[in-house]
Amino acid sequence: MTSLLSIRNVAKTFGKTQVLRDISLEVAQGEFLTILGESGSGKTTLLRVIAGFEQATSGELWMGGERLDALPPYKRPVNTVFQHYALFPHLTIGDNVGYGLRIAGVSKADTATRVQEALAMVKMTAHAEKKPSKISGGQQQRVALARALVNRPKLLLLDEPLSALDANLRRQMQIELKALQREVGIAFVFITHDQEEAMVMSDRIALLKGGRLEQIATPREIYSRPATSYVAQFIGHTNLLRGNVEHSVARCGSLSWPVQAADGPVALSVRPENVRLASGAAEGSVRFQGVVRQQAFHGATEMVRVECADGQVFLIRLSGEAVGAIGTILPLEFSPEDAVAVRDVEAAG
Amino acid sequence: MFSRAYKLAVALPPLAWVTLFLLVPYLLMFCYSFWAVASGNVVHQWNLGNYHDLLVKDVYRETLLRSSWIAARVTLFALLLGYPLAYFLSFYAGARKDLFYQLVIIPLWVSYLVRAYAWKTILGTDGVLNTLLQFFHITQHPVDSLLYSPFAVVLTLTHIYTPFVVLPIYAAMEHIPRNLVEASHDLGASPMQTFWRVIFPLSAPGMIAGATFAFVLSLGDFLAPQLLGGPSGIMISNIVVSLFGAAYNWPLGAAISFCILVLVVSLLALAERLEKKWSYS
Repeated sequence: MTSLLSIRNVAKTFGKTQVLRDISLEVAQGEFLTILGESGSGKTTLLRVIAGFEQATSGELWMGGERLDALPPYKRPVNTVFQHYALFPHLTIGDNVGYGLRIAGVSKADTATRVQEALAMVKMTAHAEKKPSKISGGQQQRVALARALVNRPKLLLLDEPLSALDANLRRQMQIELKALQREVGIAFVFITHDQEEAMVMSDRIALLKGGRLEQIATPREIYSRPATSYVAQFIGHTNLLRGNVEHSVARCGSLSWPVQAADGPVALSVRPENVRLASGAAEGSVRFQGVVRQQAFHGATEMVRVECADGQVFLIRLSGEAVGAIGTILPLEFSPEDAVAVRDVEAAG
Repeated sequence: MFSRAYKLAVALPPLAWVTLFLLVPYLLMFCYSFWAVASGNVVHQWNLGNYHDLLVKDVYRETLLRSSWIAARVTLFALLLGYPLAYFLSFYAGARKDLFYQLVIIPLWVSYLVRAYAWKTILGTDGVLNTLLQFFHITQHPVDSLLYSPFAVVLTLTHIYTPFVVLPIYAAMEHIPRNLVEASHDLGASPMQTFWRVIFPLSAPGMIAGATFAFVLSLGDFLAPQLLGGPSGIMISNIVVSLFGAAYNWPLGAAISFCILVLVVSLLALAERLEKKWSYS
């Protein structure tokens, strides 16, 4: 994995507000990296720092042995798809797509060919002569994508490009966008607040919280090995157990099991699908009983909220099994290795 | 939604107003322009003599041309002053935007006459400008050509109508989404290229509106030439005023007025078409 863009210790403050704190990460060649975070997490600011619309207060950006942050935005080999597309209203779709090429001094003939190719790639050839106000949001989205990609940037930045689309179109565009990224082989840095979208599309996810990088990993890894309690709760559902480790035994409420960890307070994440109805077959699993309090049917699976005798509430995901009505007592278990120790950011402040 | 009676009740007063104080006077004027004057009295005798006079007598055509030329210069200078000002206000004034905006508007609160007289005291033979020029020994004698010239009229009208040019351009620029500027930079365009390819075309409707204001208002102006123009700075409206006043030739005055009206209305129509063509929202 060769590094394309290197973000080193980037911080950004607006007045007294610290928006980005000591962000360091690498974007690999041809990678689909998603920057995920809630609103106010600093994800858009990070994108604007990469594009050059904001200057980092401290830290450096490097691309191919060159300081990217020393260049004005119009000299960076980076293009952006804006959240609200930002198509030029006075130019036709074709002229919008050709804008960057004309600025770069590409010949008229080459510009025409490349614009045609780019429009064909996003299936917008038929609309080349129209003005942006005459096409739908989803179509504007495609044009914005074509306008950025036609310049063959080394890196494409996408600022919540799907957030204005309705749910169905959004799912369709997620698939198209991912396929397109594979096809062109350009690295994408994709901003979103939607964890599902991030999971579906990304090679890696960088999760931001309060301007800090919580974790950067593949979707699979970030799901199964969350670094902090925040990551565990933000990505998918989880049961966060807080307790203590004493002499290599973890105690959370009435539950206890052997762990390999230093003594002291501990937070453990157990995914709902890792809790199952106790069968007695698995050796060494952690067993407990819970009363069904709530059920939500999701088709293939069912999410059940159960309450243990000590008051601890568990969310469990069962597939197929009938669990009985609310109030039923269920025997449950999980394997100790499915309880992943996470850094407890809430407790640590 | 609303009853017919309600709609009628709302529409009637303005309609009545426009009919009574605008359409009827125009119609009267139109009639007058086909009448004649004989021994100091208006004769209700239909003829095209007034329009014939306008075509054959050089003084009217020349004055109308001079008036247009003055109005064109006022428009040009007001644009040259107003466009950069509006651009600065909209894009670079930052936190002081509102203050600067008020500063543009404040001159509009001062009476037109006061501002015209102010230029008289500045440009006069013993005026502020001549005193300064002599004080710094740039000239030995006062420069007489400053006041009572087309120059004085253009200067005064430019001063008076520049805010009318600034405001629509400023409004158009405020409506340009800032992410378009960012998108342009993102696609490799320098600030200069971005200005010419994005900001300038998108502010064009405001520019047309401002230019129309300045041209139409200057063309019909009669106070500035009266106070500061002198014999060489007379404009078409001064002729109309004298025809309706001292000369007591209402029919000819009406004919000139009607020509100006046609000219101005066609200009406004043209401007509106251009604005529509170049607006994209």
